[in-house]
Amino acid sequence: MMSGFEAIAAAAALDLLAFSPPGWGATLLAGLGNSVIIALGAYGLGFAIGLCGAFGKLYGGPVTKDLLAVYTTIVRAVPELVLILILFYAFTGLLNQALLSWGMDRVQISPIITGIVVLGVVQGAYQTEVLRGGILAVPAGQIEAARAMGMPSVLLARRITIPLMTANALPGMANLWLNATKDTALLAVIGFSELTKATYQASATTKAFFVFYPAAMALYLGISLTSTFLIGRIEKWARRGQRDVRG
Amino acid sequence: MPNLEPNGATAPIAIRINGLRKSFGDHEVLKGVSLTARQGDVVAIIGGSGSGKSTMLRCINFLETPSAGTIEVAGDTIAMNADGSAKDKRQLEKARQSLGMVFQNFNLWTHMTVLENLIEVPVHVLKTPKDEAITRARALLARVGLAEKETAYPAFLSGGQQQRAAIARALCMNPKAMLFDEPTSALDPELVGEVLQVIKGLADEGRTMILVTHEMRFAREVASHVIYLHNGVIEEEGPPEDLFGAPKSDRLKQFLKTVG
Repeated sequence: MMSGFEAIAAAAALDLLAFSPPGWGATLLAGLGNSVIIALGAYGLGFAIGLCGAFGKLYGGPVTKDLLAVYTTIVRAVPELVLILILFYAFTGLLNQALLSWGMDRVQISPIITGIVVLGVVQGAYQTEVLRGGILAVPAGQIEAARAMGMPSVLLARRITIPLMTANALPGMANLWLNATKDTALLAVIGFSELTKATYQASATTKAFFVFYPAAMALYLGISLTSTFLIGRIEKWARRGQRDVRG
Repeated sequence: MPNLEPNGATAPIAIRINGLRKSFGDHEVLKGVSLTARQGDVVAIIGGSGSGKSTMLRCINFLETPSAGTIEVAGDTIAMNADGSAKDKRQLEKARQSLGMVFQNFNLWTHMTVLENLIEVPVHVLKTPKDEAITRARALLARVGLAEKETAYPAFLSGGQQQRAAIARALCMNPKAMLFDEPTSALDPELVGEVLQVIKGLADEGRTMILVTHEMRFAREVASHVIYLHNGVIEEEGPPEDLFGAPKSDRLKQFLKTVG
């Protein structure tokens, strides 16, 4: 049985989470939306970089391979937080200095673009390695068969190598997706109002830390559970034609 | 080395290898071998393990880059760079599209059904209309006894079935010649027969093929010309009845004794 005090506290918590002011529900949901947009954008950008990076590392010339090695080494060595600060402050600073010296106006780079680019560059380095591993695990004979039949290399990558590596790369790629959703929280340091920043604002204003942080946790968990469900479906599709190794 | 059997020297040349050399690092696997296959010829390449027979076959479609020599496919000499790689990608792709290759390990694409495997290259590379490719694929599957399996994925077929599907896949491209790289070596003994039967059917209908094999009886039965390779050199060659019936070199005699 709920005591009277607990019932009042629960009602007050619900009021705090209401969608219309003075409730903070809308702020939290807007933060969640921003987090999801950034995660999707960064993951997509990371995938484009990762795919090029993986093929470049495997089939590129020596210069391409070296440049990619420098990229993956540096990005994976430096904490994401530091990279975010560097790119947001140092990069926009340099860009504006350059623009001013060329007689152009300074630009304000939107935090959402910064977030996508920074996290996308980080994702790209990790995805390069995961996708490279996925390609390496494709049986060489199947690629050779396509080559022997005169398939041009781009078509071969699209029709044979990429579909075959998908199943191999999926567990690693799923990890990186979940990382991407949580790394969006780092953008709070540049004042971007994603879910963590929104939660902080709400609880700092109302002092109701035990309402907003559990609410944020529940929302992050919601992203994660939805993702896991979808990834399971994708994995089932990607493994079509394979025997179940669990026997 | 012109091959006069069985079509005489008049049939057009399908594949010609001239002075082919191939080294892996310091190790020279092929030391200048030549071969001419005219249309309708069935050339069997035999030899012990490490003799270079698979390498010789794989050089024809540049799955291995030759170190020296020339390769001619359907009258077209493939242009080579100094390192042996093909100079003109388009030319090589065209040559490869006219050669159906069958591998020891089948190499069917595991993410596609049997039917999808067959129509993949005809539809996406050769631009055959899809319904036409499907009609042809179904006829070929019926021919190799796999009509019931068109929607199955390769992993759920036996080795013999997979190899027959792989042969059908190669045929579906309407190749000018077929290359077989030890097509029965990865099969359980009881499955070898069904695959050999399909290959024999192709030989009987006059298809040009080059076949690397360990099956001596089969080579004798289907080949119009046999090449015995030893340590990267053609030790002896000729019609099967000569090579198997009256081998001249001691090495070939020895080899036939050990495999016979």
